[in-house]
Order: sequence, then C-alpha cells, then structure tokens
Amino acid sequence: MTDAKNKGAALLNNPFAFALLSIVVGVLVGAIILVVAGYNPFRAYGEILAGIFSGPRNIATAIVRSTPIVLTGLSVTFAFRTGLFNIGAEGQFLIGGLTAALLGFSVSLPPILHIPFVMIAAAMAGAAWGGLAGYLKARFGVHEVIATIMLNWIAFYLNNFIVSLPSVQRPESEASYKILDSARIDILGAWKMSDVGLAWRRENAGSFFAELLRAEINWGIVVSVLVVVLIWFILNKTTLGYELRAVGFNRDAAEYGGINVNRSMVISMAIAGAIAALSGGLQVMGRTQEITKLAVMEGNGFDGIAVALIGNTTAYGNIFAGLLFGGLVHGGGRLQARMGAPSEIIDIVIGTIIFFIAIPNLIRVIIKARERAKAKKEVTDVA
Amino acid sequence: MWLSIAFLIGQTMMYASPIIFTSLGGTMSENSGVVNIGLEGMMVVGAFTAATVGFYSGNPWIGFLAAGVAAGSFGLLHAVACVTFNADHVVSGIAINFLGPGLSYFVSRLVFDGATQTRSLDLANKIPRPLDPLFGSNTFFELVLNRYATAYLALIMVAVVWFLLYRTKIGLRIRSVGQHPEAADTLGIHVRRVRYFAVIGSGVLAGFGGATLSIAIVSQFRPGLISGQGFIALAAMIFGKWKPQGAVLACLLFGFSQALVVFLGLRTQAIPTQIMSMLPYLITLFVLVGFVGKAVAPKALGRAFGEDA
Repeated sequence: MTDAKNKGAALLNNPFAFALLSIVVGVLVGAIILVVAGYNPFRAYGEILAGIFSGPRNIATAIVRSTPIVLTGLSVTFAFRTGLFNIGAEGQFLIGGLTAALLGFSVSLPPILHIPFVMIAAAMAGAAWGGLAGYLKARFGVHEVIATIMLNWIAFYLNNFIVSLPSVQRPESEASYKILDSARIDILGAWKMSDVGLAWRRENAGSFFAELLRAEINWGIVVSVLVVVLIWFILNKTTLGYELRAVGFNRDAAEYGGINVNRSMVISMAIAGAIAALSGGLQVMGRTQEITKLAVMEGNGFDGIAVALIGNTTAYGNIFAGLLFGGLVHGGGRLQARMGAPSEIIDIVIGTIIFFIAIPNLIRVIIKARERAKAKKEVTDVA
Repeated sequence: MWLSIAFLIGQTMMYASPIIFTSLGGTMSENSGVVNIGLEGMMVVGAFTAATVGFYSGNPWIGFLAAGVAAGSFGLLHAVACVTFNADHVVSGIAINFLGPGLSYFVSRLVFDGATQTRSLDLANKIPRPLDPLFGSNTFFELVLNRYATAYLALIMVAVVWFLLYRTKIGLRIRSVGQHPEAADTLGIHVRRVRYFAVIGSGVLAGFGGATLSIAIVSQFRPGLISGQGFIALAAMIFGKWKPQGAVLACLLFGFSQALVVFLGLRTQAIPTQIMSMLPYLITLFVLVGFVGKAVAPKALGRAFGEDA
C-alpha cells in the first residue's frame, strides 16, 4: 500500500517521468485511432520514426522544423511563469520575421554586424509588440488573452500589407525581396546552390555531408539553445527573474512585498515577445530568406503553447518538447506519403499528450482506487 | 444611402451569427467557473460535422444538430478533465484545440478521399433563408432581413441563454457555482453536475457556431474556415463582461466592423485591403481601452472545486 503511494508520488513529483508517461499515453491513443481507421499502427509509427531518424538529412530536417517552436515555446513558458498567458507568440513571431526581412535586404553591413543587428532588431520589435499587450493590461486592465489575439491578427495583416508594398514585394512573386547574404545564418546555403557546390554534391552524392546539405541546415537551433540557457538564467538566477516569478506566483503578495506589479507585467510580456520575435527572425535568416503573403496563420505561436506545456513550462523543457513536436510533424509527412494515413494523427497524439498533462489527478485517482481495492482485499482476506 | 445601411446591417448579422453562438457557449461555461479556451477546437468539430452529415443526409438541420452533438461531446471531454479531475482548464482547452481539428481533418481525409475539405452542399441543401420569398431583390428589407435561419436562431439563443442564466433555477445554480462553489455546495447544489451541464452546453453552442459557418454562410468545411473565430468569440465573451447580452453586443460590433471592411472594399480602393482587414481587431482593442473598465470575471473562474478528485 505505501509502496504504491510512494511510486505514485514519485511519478507525480518527477515532471520528466510524468511527461514521459503522458507521451506514452498519447502514442497509445494515436495507435488505437489508427487501428479503428484501419491502419497498422506498428507500421505507421515505424514510418514516422523512419521519417525522423533515417539518414542525416531527415534528422537535420526534424531539428530545423523544431527550431522555431523551441523559442515560441520558451516565449509562452516565460509568460506563464510570470502569471501571464501569451497567446500572442503567433503575432510576435510574424513581427520578428517581418523586421528581419526588411532589415535583411534593405540594410547593407558586413555579416559580423549584420547578423546580430537583424537578430537584435527583430527581438526589439517583438518586445514592443508583446510589451504593448502587457501595457494594455497594466494600464487599462485589458485581458492579455484578448489583447494578444487581436494583436495576432493585426500582425498578420500588417505582414501581408508590408509584403504587398512596391518597395518590398519581389516582382512576380507573393513574397518580399530575399535578404542579403550578409544576414543569412544558413550553413553553406549560398555555396551549396553555387556551381561549385552543386558539382561537389553530385560527386559525393549519398555521403554524410552531401545528405546533410539536402536539409535546410542553419545556426538557428544553436542560437535557440543559447537563448534557452539565457532565459533559464534570467528566470532563476537574477533579481528580475525572482520578481517576475513572484508576481506569477502570487500577485498580491508580490505587491505587498514591494514589487511593482504593473511594471513586471509589461517587462514580462516584452521579454516573451522578444523571444517569439527572435524565433521569427531566425526563421527568415536561416530558412526562408523572405516573408510571404499569408493566407492562414502558420501556427508557430500556437504550437509553442503546446511545446511549453509538454515541456512542463520549464526553460530547458522546451528543447525536448520542441524536438519531439518538430520530429513528429516531420515524420508525419512520411506517414501520409508512404501509407496514405492522415498526418493529422500527429495533432491527435499531441492533443492527447497535453490532455493527459492537464490531468495529473487521473493518476492519483488510479493509485487511490488500487489502494482501496487492495485494502478491501486485505479486509476480505482477514475475514 | 438606405440601401447601404441595409447592406451593413445584413452583413453585420451574417458575420456575427457564428460567434454569437460560440460566445454564448463561452458565457455558460465560464459563468459556471470553467474556463473554456477550447471553443475554437469545438467550433472546428461542429463545422466539420455539420458539413459532413449535411452532405450525406441531404438535410442541413440534421447536420446542424449533429454538430451540436459532436462538439458537445468535446465539451463533455473538457468537463471530465476540468470538473472531475480538477485539471488546469487552460491546458485542457489547449488540448481540445489540437484534438478537435486533428480528429476533424483525420476523419475528413478518410471520408472524402484524402481531402481536408468536405464536398460542397447543393445550394438547396444549405440552411434555408426562411424569409426569402417575402422580398424583391435588393430592397431595404431584403438586404436586412433575408438572412439564413441560423442568424435568427443565434439571436433567439441570446434570449434563451439570458433567460436560462437569470430567470431559472439552473441558471442561478450555474452562476452560484461560478462565484462560490463551496457555498453552493453547502446549500445542497450538486456543483459538479451543474458544471457538467454548463460545459457540455458550451460545446453544443460552439458546435452550432461552427455549423453556421460551414453550412449556412459557406457550403463546405475546409481548412482555415474557422481560423480564430473561436478565439474571437472568447474575446467577445470577456469583452461582454461574461454576460450574454454583453457578449452579443461585442459580437455585433465585431460583425459590424467586418461588414464595414466589405462595404468600404466594394466602394473605394483608397485604403489597402490589408489595412482595412485590421479594422475589426483595431476597433476591438480601442473599444476595450477606451470604453470598458476592468472586467470582473466570475469569482471561482478557473478554480477547481474540492480537494478530492
């Protein structure tokens, strides 16, 4: 009896084990749905795994897919930990991409300056965008959820508006001009498309590096991990982080303790906005090199909410959860291509994982029921 | 002039009707103390179900009701998590926003040969416009009143939900478990049962909202059809201070600004369309800043009831 209790308590107190359990449940529910739909779940998950892990190209692509949501997840996490719900990562991401694209093609600097300049500018623009939501809440009491939902759509149309300007839109395209090489952070991106690069890749086709170069490899993930470390440090090791977390933990107590709650809300939304916008900037610098007119929201910000939750709203949790999410999405593409099974099974698996993360009490109830059954059995045994 | 006004009123009703249903759902759930951020996902489920069932049954009303049942079952799922297992309401809602659309597209691909959009309904099989034969085309009353039945139903539902919340025993119970579940419990109110009722009801209404989009305003379900309307409805509900009469005004304001975009877009090229499309969101933000004071949510909103699961 005490054994079961200890085991259950240990599981619930160990966020990693708990997240792992939720992932297992998510995969199982996905399998059941696949069976019901008439697909072989072993083959389906085999295809997904092969889609992620077969060869350097797929592994690299899975990582590239994960890069943006690691940071949007971090953005949501940061706001969460300070007591705010940032649904606005989506719009902040767009603002960051927009800023990066504009400054990437219109400003001419040597790479050593251009790259940090664009990154910082993208983050600053996002800080303003996110900080605005924080300010509206602090000054006017506008719920941050509403404010960020509205700001998402405003960012969406602002993006489309700016792309359509004659000085921005590349002729005969629905996209902006490409950023200059000096602002790009993809790895050997220009070289691999040059004559020399293409010749080398033909000669060495199938080799490790040639395969790797087939993915859109870039430095984004490295920057992202560094930012995760930085945010972890700010949250956990600085006075500012302590104050922000105190507000998130108990607003009234923090205020009583002399913390300026309104100021904290603005700062925390500004930082969250900066992180999400940096993610958008890195996406442009490392992958797309341009921004396009959007027909629908891309979902990087909303996926970030899922990543943050699966990562237990810890800074480093976003790395693991982001890789899991990005990997599944990339692998899901192969599922669709090879088996014709709907790749949306990935959304169902992700949704189930989050659902089970939402209900830690379910496990408590199961443990309790087992205890009760055991106790009952002991009683009947004695009788 | 009069025709322009009529056009604006008519378009306002059209754009507002799906979010009126959904925000009424939000009002029910949140008045009982359960945050429902899953409205978006529930709307998607409703839109898909209505379009699919409507297509195969040939009867839009069967599709409409099926949408309520399907989205209501996601309401049930949300209630199981939040009410029985004291889950974090926001997290469960986010899960539903992945599960609902995920399942909808999954089933759509199975049913419609790998497509994530359903086959279009024949015009005759859409939700009817009951007043259609009454007016000559392009007259004032035609432009205002010749709406799909769902637009009228939405307005009727406002009165129904208002009556339910403020004039019936169950409504009093819903509001009391949202304000102070422990006190309600002491008075013998079955807190969990009341919350289940309200949350399932919110799913049904969100499903109707989705159905309004897919089988009245357009004639099929496709990706991007809902795109954020559930969140807009959520915002309208908060904007309307958690009251059905407030929510409907917020929805109408939002619908009006969308109608204005269409209206201006037809008449002038001076303002770029993208800038005009921002209007509904900008207006909402400005109104929130300028006219609305701090909104007061139900006191027990988002809080679990009782320690024991």
